[in-house]
Amino acid sequence: MDVTQTHVAFDLEIGSPLISCRFDPAGRFVFAGAEDFRVWRMPLSDTAADSERVELITDSWVRGMTFADSGETLITGGTDGRLIWFPAGGDASQGKIEPVRAIEAHDGWIRTVATSPDGKLIASAGNDLKIRLWNAADGKQVGELSGHESHIYNLAFHPDGVHLVSGDLMANLIDWDFAAGKQVRTWKAESLVKFDKTFLAFIGGFRGMTFSPDGRQLAGSGITNVSNAFAGIGNPSVVVFDWEAGGPATIEHLSKGGLQGVAWGVALHPDGTRIAAVGGKGGYLLFWKAKEAEDFHRIKLDNDARDLHLSPDGLHLATAHHDGHLRIHRMEAEAEKVKEPKPDAEKS
Amino acid sequence: MKSNQCHYACGSDEHLIARRPFLGSLIAGGAALSGLSSFANPAVSAQLASQQKRMLVIRMHGGLSQLESWDPKPGTDTGGPYRAIPTSVPGMHISELLPYTAKKMHHLSLVRSINTKNGDHSKGTYMMLTGRHPMPGTDYPEIGAVVAKSMDEGGPSLPGHVKISANGTGARSADAAYLGPKYASMSLGGDKPLTNSTRPSDLSEDSAKARDEIRSLVNNRFGSKRRTAETDAYVQSFEQAEELVKRAEVFDLSQESKQDRERYGSHDFGRHCLLARRLLENDITCVQVSHSNYDTHNENFNFHHEQLGEFDRPFSILIDDLHQRGMLESTLVVVLSEFGRTPKINARYGRDHWGNAWSVCLGGCGIQPGAIYGKTNANGTEVTDDEVDAGHLFHTYLKALGLRSTSNFEIGGRKFPIADPAFEPIKDILT
Repeated sequence: MDVTQTHVAFDLEIGSPLISCRFDPAGRFVFAGAEDFRVWRMPLSDTAADSERVELITDSWVRGMTFADSGETLITGGTDGRLIWFPAGGDASQGKIEPVRAIEAHDGWIRTVATSPDGKLIASAGNDLKIRLWNAADGKQVGELSGHESHIYNLAFHPDGVHLVSGDLMANLIDWDFAAGKQVRTWKAESLVKFDKTFLAFIGGFRGMTFSPDGRQLAGSGITNVSNAFAGIGNPSVVVFDWEAGGPATIEHLSKGGLQGVAWGVALHPDGTRIAAVGGKGGYLLFWKAKEAEDFHRIKLDNDARDLHLSPDGLHLATAHHDGHLRIHRMEAEAEKVKEPKPDAEKS
Repeated sequence: MKSNQCHYACGSDEHLIARRPFLGSLIAGGAALSGLSSFANPAVSAQLASQQKRMLVIRMHGGLSQLESWDPKPGTDTGGPYRAIPTSVPGMHISELLPYTAKKMHHLSLVRSINTKNGDHSKGTYMMLTGRHPMPGTDYPEIGAVVAKSMDEGGPSLPGHVKISANGTGARSADAAYLGPKYASMSLGGDKPLTNSTRPSDLSEDSAKARDEIRSLVNNRFGSKRRTAETDAYVQSFEQAEELVKRAEVFDLSQESKQDRERYGSHDFGRHCLLARRLLENDITCVQVSHSNYDTHNENFNFHHEQLGEFDRPFSILIDDLHQRGMLESTLVVVLSEFGRTPKINARYGRDHWGNAWSVCLGGCGIQPGAIYGKTNANGTEVTDDEVDAGHLFHTYLKALGLRSTSNFEIGGRKFPIADPAFEPIKDILT
């Protein structure tokens, strides 16, 4: 991998503005939630025919997607408060995949869903300020966690299978012992929230959240240094916490020169590189080294990014864009293009 | 045509007898003051309420999205993520962000076909509050001033035009144009009693009374020969200040019950709605409450969720209280903004300025309850039926209050049309 050689490997056009993206754990497909009230499944290939693109009708905007059953099941969380189970690898011959199950999970938006490390539980967070735990196999509720006082923007299971962390609009974090249903500790990412005195509203929260594969770091992404909430004037930010120590972030990754926008998605690569996708005033991919506040590499994207996902092989990034394109980036040098032979007429 | 009305510095007796309604109003004001505690009794309140018409304007500052409020288009490319919910009016749906208001829509109506062709904040505000299109060198009074002037019975009284916002300063605004400072709005912050509204402790009541009598004597002597708009404004300001001091508790929210303060909520807008109720009960003619802010170029959906979540409950409680107290039939309620927001959703999940197809909500005095006037197309990009301008709405407000919107104010010998003659009321939503 060489992130400085990152390039668009292929570009999948959905048409409707995109909201979210996730790779299939088995590396067969990539899924994208769109403003057309659907999730789209596409083969991971730039040569796939349009007919291989499959729609999953969700009747809502889907920001949260997670997988269960070793990647065979996709669970979506939508703005209608429903969780829907789909067969991730389902037959595409009809152009769409029917859901297996849909449940009324929350009163208000679901912004985020996650699967426990053992694959048995699904966690969802809603605008009803609740986190609910569901049996991945049958969709039955098995737990509920209450404690947030503002909308919950993101959550992630710790790889140890004991802890779940959730973050809200006010940039508060809660570490849960989810089996016991208890809060272990709380803390706050001060830089990721602000009350705009002109517009009389709070802006902030965790737009992206992830653990490092070894569980030693927790990263959250969003917007900081906001000078105008309602125009979205502020800088993308990634804050990284030492999981054991908790407390203030060990580092806040910002952009060289102060790009404007929101870091809508964050990834912690196993090699230590921190990556964010930015949207708001143009799209960017930003790359940081663990101990450096400013990005050491960036890529200007063709359009504002709204989500980011790192592929299971650690070599690709998916970015969901407002222009309706899902872009798959490969983090290594581009293979030399084979030049097509010129038509005979031009040879002479 | 010669006017029967006396104008400035003519030396007629009319100026002298103008003090009589002053005294009459003062007595009425005292009665209202002594009756404050009775307003907790809906029957008494209803009897008083029927005697005067009033107007409540809720200004959704920054540009409320019609798609996230009064004219949702769920499931379309412009509709956004929110759903529409049924209301207490069969067939009428509004955004799911307004669940409490939805239950009160049988008291309210919607105009869904506004095309002001404007996307500028200050122009839009001017148009919606004056009913006029801005013209260089010309200024028109805002609706609150027009209503306060039209309902003015001639004597001194509390300011008839009050604006409440989180940034209220206690000052008067220059929003009455040629109607003069008596009808300019007084700006309140809402959550604290008026400042400087009590007699200084080192000034005895007798001394204050003697001082006022001398001032009145000198004013009257001067005014009988050299009356001008400026001297009138000076006298009126003093008279209103006297009334404010006498009736300072009208503005004191702590006089409301703990139960009511809890019902309305502890945030600014909740307190402001309760204060609006209190002011309307005490015969302030026009109260405008601002709720900020809806200028959501960025993250329209999150911000509308937060803002309308704050708006919905206290507004619905206020409508309910006005109804329960018998005041709604004499109080015109209008929820307006300077414009709507674009159907197109931008890259930041925002909606931008949009004056071409948007909505207001109105109800109460003179308005058919539960009506929908006008229509936009399937995804809200244009008006398809019964397009209206800010001028039509302005005429409608006046007509609903029982005023002849085609009449004129006579100021200094000149006639000023009370509303833009190019427009007329929307008759279909008037009772």
